[in-house]
Amino acid sequence: MDDLEDLYREIILDHYRSPRNRGELDSPPAHRTEGFNPLCGDEIVLTILVEDGAVQDIKIAGHGCSISQSSASLMSGAVKGKSVEDTRATMGTFRRMMTVDDAGDESEEPVNLRSLGELAALQGVVKFPVRIKCATLAWNTLAQALSELGA
Amino acid sequence: MRRLDAERVRHDTPELHRTVHGLEMSYLDSAASSLPPRAVIEAMNRYYERTHTNVHRGVYEIAEEATEAYEHARRAIGAFIGAPIPDREIVFTKNATESFNLLAHSWGRSNLAKGDVVVLTEMEHHANIVPWLQLREERGIELRYLPVDSRFRLDLADLDAMVSGASLVSITAMSNVLGTMPPVRVLADAAHSAGALVAIDAAQLVGHAPMDVQALGVDFACFSAHKMLGPTGLGVLWARAELLDAMPPFLGGGGMILDVRTDGFKPADPPHRFEAGTPPIAETVGLTAAVRYLEALGMDAVAAHDLDLTAYTLDRLSSRFGDKVTVFGPPDLEARGGVLSIELEGVHAHDLAQVLDRYGVCVRPGHHCAKPLMRRLGVPATARVSFGPYSLERDVDALFDGLDHALSMFG
Repeated sequence: MDDLEDLYREIILDHYRSPRNRGELDSPPAHRTEGFNPLCGDEIVLTILVEDGAVQDIKIAGHGCSISQSSASLMSGAVKGKSVEDTRATMGTFRRMMTVDDAGDESEEPVNLRSLGELAALQGVVKFPVRIKCATLAWNTLAQALSELGA
Repeated sequence: MRRLDAERVRHDTPELHRTVHGLEMSYLDSAASSLPPRAVIEAMNRYYERTHTNVHRGVYEIAEEATEAYEHARRAIGAFIGAPIPDREIVFTKNATESFNLLAHSWGRSNLAKGDVVVLTEMEHHANIVPWLQLREERGIELRYLPVDSRFRLDLADLDAMVSGASLVSITAMSNVLGTMPPVRVLADAAHSAGALVAIDAAQLVGHAPMDVQALGVDFACFSAHKMLGPTGLGVLWARAELLDAMPPFLGGGGMILDVRTDGFKPADPPHRFEAGTPPIAETVGLTAAVRYLEALGMDAVAAHDLDLTAYTLDRLSSRFGDKVTVFGPPDLEARGGVLSIELEGVHAHDLAQVLDRYGVCVRPGHHCAKPLMRRLGVPATARVSFGPYSLERDVDALFDGLDHALSMFG
């Protein structure tokens, strides 16, 4: 059952049991975006405050499995206080880590796991294709929020 | 009463001979789809190897054989559910969902106007909700939902008021989430007294308990072949003949007409009026084989086997896991089938199902296409355990081992 341990790393279980940046910011001034995974019913409510080209604050509410919740928690920690530009870069790196390798990706640079920090704990998810949508739910919701903000 | 030899059924079911992660497969997801016995697979193979051509077209020998096989399936499934006139009353569709869509679009559109009432329950599958919601959007019909009580049964205290003035009462005969079997006959009598017709979602019932549409007193029944040991791609709408006779076609095309001119058409009589295009012929042959297989097992024995396993599961869930497990479904064996949903403390259903997979245990996590019910239960997702005639106590024991692992991992 090694791959099961690979999926449920201690860091993921920790963020699932004790999610960071949990709750909702007052909106306004924060921007509020909801994300759904219709397949399994996971829901993310993301509130984000973007000012001066940076993510000043972010909070996550909603419910879902350990993968979707820990990914959201890890994401909030990774982008809080970062510039929108850095946030987008992290989003891009994370998404590439969640992409099942195919021939078309050869031109892409290998994913720099070190740059992802704790987020790299989620790399085991790729081996469980059905769960990739769980891991990316928060990130897709963040992307939607940034695009709604025109940031 | 005959008892079911589940080991024998398991032996007859090829898919259960494979392994998952090197382990024997414990398939506890028959409510999603059942596993066909070899007899069903071989009947379909034989059809494709010897008899296949289109139906109702050719005059050559195999064309007659194919047509006879197709029409024979109508009689086989009709007799199985107690239909009075199978040749006129059994309509083959793609699945139970299409059967409900046929009902809503054909009967619904020609009988329901703004303000007319359709009564559903809070424990319906989306297949028996969304087509009615579509009619609600299209022409402003009113939907009422019979509530689910704290013991996971329908609350019928206000039944007479709920069905008063209704045109149709459309209810599940066995919940695909809870296993609850509502008292269809009671509901049907109340509905008929109020002048309403009655439809049932029999998808979970038909392959798991004796079913007689006349004894149930209903007017329409929708179900699919793949939940009764048959193949996918085939559903059934049964309706009383005089109701079908008055219903307009749903899908148009070949096979459903008497005559076509450039400026109009005359539809064929039921059931062919509702079977546009080449039907799933091999699948109907598979369904006939599934019916024969279930008949040989005996539906009383199939139902008793499901309940034995349900009792075994409920008993041990309670003694071994206590408060850590919440069961969504009637806690007793009264009027229920072999379906139950569980929530494990601190463990999301998807994580639970993932851990169980490593024990070879197949359960279904999620909302089970019954989101209104999940909202009513106040949970985003459950893990559903459901049995088939091949299910064994050792499948449930494997489930328990997986539950222990999940608790130690997430607890």
